[in-house]
Amino acid sequence: MNKIFLVIKREYLARVKKKSFLLATLLTPLVFPTILGLFLWIAMSERESESLRIIEVIDESNQFRLESSGQYAFSFSDRDREEAKEMVKSGERYGALYIPPIDLEKPLGIVYYSEKNPSMTLIGNLETTLKRKIEEIRLYNSGIDPEVIAGLRTNVNIRAITLDNAGEEKMTNAMVNYGLGFITGILIYMFIFIYGNQIMQGVIEEKSSRIIEILVSSLRPFQLMTGKIIGIGAVGLTQFLIWIILISAISSLVMGYFGMQMPQQQALELANPEAGKMIEGSTGDMGQYMQVIQDINFVKLVLTFIFYFIGGYLLYGAFFAAIGAAVDTPSDAQQFMFPVTIPLLVAYFGLFIFVLDDPNSNISFWLSIIPFTSPIAMMGRASYGVPFFDLALSMGFLIIGFLFTTWLAGKIYRIGILVHGTKVNYRTLWRWVKTA
Amino acid sequence: MSNILEVQSLSKYYGDKAALNDVSLDVPKGQVFGLLGPNGAGKTTLIRIINQIIDADSGTILVNGEKLKPSHIKLIGYLPEERGLYKKMKVGEQLLYFAQLKGLSYADAKKKVRSWMDKMEIWEWREKRIEDLSKGMAQKIQFIATVIHQPNLLILDEPFSGFDPVNAELIKNEILELKDKGVSVILSTHRMESVELLCDHIAMINKSRKVLDGSIADIRQQSKTNQYHLKLRGHLADHPSNWQRVEGNFGYEKFLIQLNGHSTNQVLEEAIQFGDILGFEEVIPSIGEIFIQRVKDTDHE
Repeated sequence: MNKIFLVIKREYLARVKKKSFLLATLLTPLVFPTILGLFLWIAMSERESESLRIIEVIDESNQFRLESSGQYAFSFSDRDREEAKEMVKSGERYGALYIPPIDLEKPLGIVYYSEKNPSMTLIGNLETTLKRKIEEIRLYNSGIDPEVIAGLRTNVNIRAITLDNAGEEKMTNAMVNYGLGFITGILIYMFIFIYGNQIMQGVIEEKSSRIIEILVSSLRPFQLMTGKIIGIGAVGLTQFLIWIILISAISSLVMGYFGMQMPQQQALELANPEAGKMIEGSTGDMGQYMQVIQDINFVKLVLTFIFYFIGGYLLYGAFFAAIGAAVDTPSDAQQFMFPVTIPLLVAYFGLFIFVLDDPNSNISFWLSIIPFTSPIAMMGRASYGVPFFDLALSMGFLIIGFLFTTWLAGKIYRIGILVHGTKVNYRTLWRWVKTA
Repeated sequence: MSNILEVQSLSKYYGDKAALNDVSLDVPKGQVFGLLGPNGAGKTTLIRIINQIIDADSGTILVNGEKLKPSHIKLIGYLPEERGLYKKMKVGEQLLYFAQLKGLSYADAKKKVRSWMDKMEIWEWREKRIEDLSKGMAQKIQFIATVIHQPNLLILDEPFSGFDPVNAELIKNEILELKDKGVSVILSTHRMESVELLCDHIAMINKSRKVLDGSIADIRQQSKTNQYHLKLRGHLADHPSNWQRVEGNFGYEKFLIQLNGHSTNQVLEEAIQFGDILGFEEVIPSIGEIFIQRVKDTDHE
């Protein structure tokens, strides 16, 4: 036990004392928000500087008076289709929308011409605009006043409230839950890969520098392996904790900064009641998000996260150690990465395709129970709130799972570390498992 | 108890292939014990079993009369043939780590590191990383790492391979010094000259079996083949046919003579008739010659 602790200490200090660790730990929480901010800034400034995109409309039936929006302006000049196409080719117009004389019941044959492939958003916008216009015309034709129609328009925003066993009502918001499940799931996925790889590199280093035989004459290979896995995991947790502290410090700073700007809203409201109303609408949304965030049981979520974070790491960490022991160089390791990569990718895609979409479906249930996918998939469910039984079952299986993989990996490890210069394949590994 | 280590009918198989086949040997306390054998004979397997790196299939090992157990790790210092150090770790920290892994307390380990580094005159290297040291320096560190916990039994697998002559000499003297302090040493090597120089006792393994075991003097005596070297000057045109000429360019001739039941005096009486006898000496094979002969013999079996 004492020797495992010595190994943990060495592995931990050897990494934490490196300059690269300090850099990565301090810079990463700054890098991601910076990149995000940069993108936002570029997008914003592009939108501002962009000249208005003019779309030529050829409306054969002359009944679509489309209103220009912020980004697109519609031009109506009774040109024919060929002329309009020429204008697009010469760059005079951004695109051309051709509306043939159409049956309002069945609007077919509308074409959009452009030089470049139009974006999904553009086509979608045009479709919505036209749809609304056709609806208006049809409503008008059936004798309804357009003013009445305008008055009927309304924005709907559903508030979802879940009822838990205690009879408490909690406001939920799929967006917030999705976001949380997404972020925590991805973090675990990345953590397993980054630190799993460090385990593998460390084992290969000890093997290729031939230090391994000195080590295993002093302690059991299993002690060495578990010490290494725990030590490197502790490095990851340290890094993670520092990130949490840094990010919350930075975000509270940022929040404070924006909080200072809030009074501007009142000024705006005085000058322009309309603008004030708009902001009120949007802060209403914000308020709702805040309410949802406050309603999430963060203690439970963080504890769940830490459990799956560690459990998933231990489960796969053992595999990474075994792979490192079986090969002589990192490039040889490629062939054995398959059984590690595949379940992780399944979990990763499962998280996006199934779990976040419907956390209570059958497949989501199984993905969150099977220990090879549960660390990532369960986070998708946990953010929405998951029944206690499911959580307990999944955690139980994960513990059994990592005990099993550690036991299996230990067998491969203790033989592999002493084998040099032999080509190892899956059959050899199986033989080691059987003989050890 | 006069043996520090007793190996009793040890066997180890890898699949169908025997690495060790019913090997028994006793390592006497305070002696240097040479473990000889060609590559692949099973020496490393035996050493790894003694170091509890791998388990034997059958047989027992006794250390100081006790069955081998994890606490014996502290009594044994092991320098493997394939050896290395953490390249990025500082010398001092590295030695401290190895000493603690062997079971020394932090305070004891610290003291030992200091005294060994002072002894080898490398205390000023303590903050250097291994990758910044010369190969010879790293070898010294490697040796210190092996002996830092004051083992009673030192197992050195090809200790001189990779060492430059200066360091090899240094290590040799360290080994003899440790022996004087009562440390028992198992020396596994191909270098026969160091065997004859250092070892009191040898055992030879070939093809997973022990083929020779005993003190150096006994083995050489046993390996005598009743052959003598005769040097003489004279008229040698028709020397006896059982005299085998070995050399003869320096004013004398040298013959190899098999006694064939005669006494040495009878042979000398005959020899006097052929000239002046300059020398007559029994042929005692070197350990190297015995080694090669034994390997050949057992390979044919």
